[in-house]
Amino acid sequence: MKKDEVPQDNGSLAKKNVHELCYAVDENGQYTTVRSSGWEAKTLALNESLQLIDERIAATKQAVLAGAVSPIAYYMELHRMDVSLLSSYVGMHRWLVKRHFHPKRFAKLKENILRKYASVFGISVEQLKSPFPQSDT
Amino acid sequence: MNIPFEHRQSAHCENGVISNLLNHRGVRISEPLAFGIGSGLFFTYLPFIKVNFAPGFSYRPMPGQIFRKLAKRLGIRVKHQRFSSPEKARTALEEKLSQGIPVGLQVGVYHLTYFPDEYRFHFNAHNLVVYGKEAGDYLISDPVMDYTTRLSEQELEQVRFAKGALAPKGHLYYLERLPEHYDLQRAIRKGIRQTCNDMLAPVPIVGVRAMRWVARNIRKWPTTIGVKKTNHYLGQLVRMQEEIGTGGGGFRFIYAAFLQEAATLLDMPILRQRSAEMTAIGDAWRDFALDISRIYKNRNPDADRYDKLAGQLATIAEREKQFFTQLRRDI
Repeated sequence: MKKDEVPQDNGSLAKKNVHELCYAVDENGQYTTVRSSGWEAKTLALNESLQLIDERIAATKQAVLAGAVSPIAYYMELHRMDVSLLSSYVGMHRWLVKRHFHPKRFAKLKENILRKYASVFGISVEQLKSPFPQSDT
Repeated sequence: MNIPFEHRQSAHCENGVISNLLNHRGVRISEPLAFGIGSGLFFTYLPFIKVNFAPGFSYRPMPGQIFRKLAKRLGIRVKHQRFSSPEKARTALEEKLSQGIPVGLQVGVYHLTYFPDEYRFHFNAHNLVVYGKEAGDYLISDPVMDYTTRLSEQELEQVRFAKGALAPKGHLYYLERLPEHYDLQRAIRKGIRQTCNDMLAPVPIVGVRAMRWVARNIRKWPTTIGVKKTNHYLGQLVRMQEEIGTGGGGFRFIYAAFLQEAATLLDMPILRQRSAEMTAIGDAWRDFALDISRIYKNRNPDADRYDKLAGQLATIAEREKQFFTQLRRDI
């Protein structure tokens, strides 16, 4: 890559005024570093992955509204976690966490268990119980 | 506590932390040099491990390896500590800071407040340096950032005790003893030799053979797992290759910069030529990423595009095979 070929597209880094360092050769063939604000090719790849996450979040939201799974599943997707990661954050076995996805079992959960989940997600127990206040009836 | 610490931005966090910590003690080792001596160039394909719903690809060795190898090859003693309690982890950190020693930390990315949201995945092998504490905030030199930042006590505890794969468990490290004399030339040769061996390793999941395996799978994926998943897998490949930290082209450009430095340090002009060849290979990787990204723009193009991508990757694998065979002979 030549120094003047280092892409300067508007990536997601630019928003926070962050640049990344690229290695490129100057006109004499000497290596030097150039700061880049992003490259369209990788922004597209990143967006593809973020879109997948959004789709999963939307699907889980529908499932929660339909009463098929508990809000824990929704918050898990929202925080880009999977069951094993969530279980290590709350310090419970993964099959217990999976059981808590069941809406009926979730409704019976004790306050201290709910607090554990809520603190991992950085929310209150009320928010955990009713994640969509407007659309929920 | 505020230790005068020179923050220099780098492409990759691990090399950057090493380079900056050494620089603080007056040892001038550039990022490419640290990367090369630590045998940072790599390729691995782990189809049985799923990361973000796609197989694991990596253009670098396991986190921590580069540092460990560099330290061993230069005779630097590094003290590593892990903790079971956040309380002890904090006390140990502050003790070192009060002694005027900047401390390297392994942290999780997800809770790093100064990162853009798009980059906050559950990845636990990021590295940064703490060089002081001011008004309750830790002063942070994160080598991939342009500027130094701050984290509150609580924020730092959260990232030090992130959970999941490669959980840092409060992992901290600092330079304990530097050798009076170190043999840079020998270390460089060792580093290059190991990279050649890694890339030409006779196992299917590492080096050139792993690239060929990925190429074969790219041909198969559209029929076996469908186009949508294939695109996601390829996206993962691009992100691992180009995302923040690789310096472009899956570390190939950093390695080319290393070979250029090595040519001078070892007085071996042939390495300058190898550096130019590596740059050309890096450019081929960039083209590969660019062609993959076209998939996301153009929804219904020609049917044989996956075959073309596979062909491209197979060609790169062949070029790297020849490259490292020659490099092994040079050293």
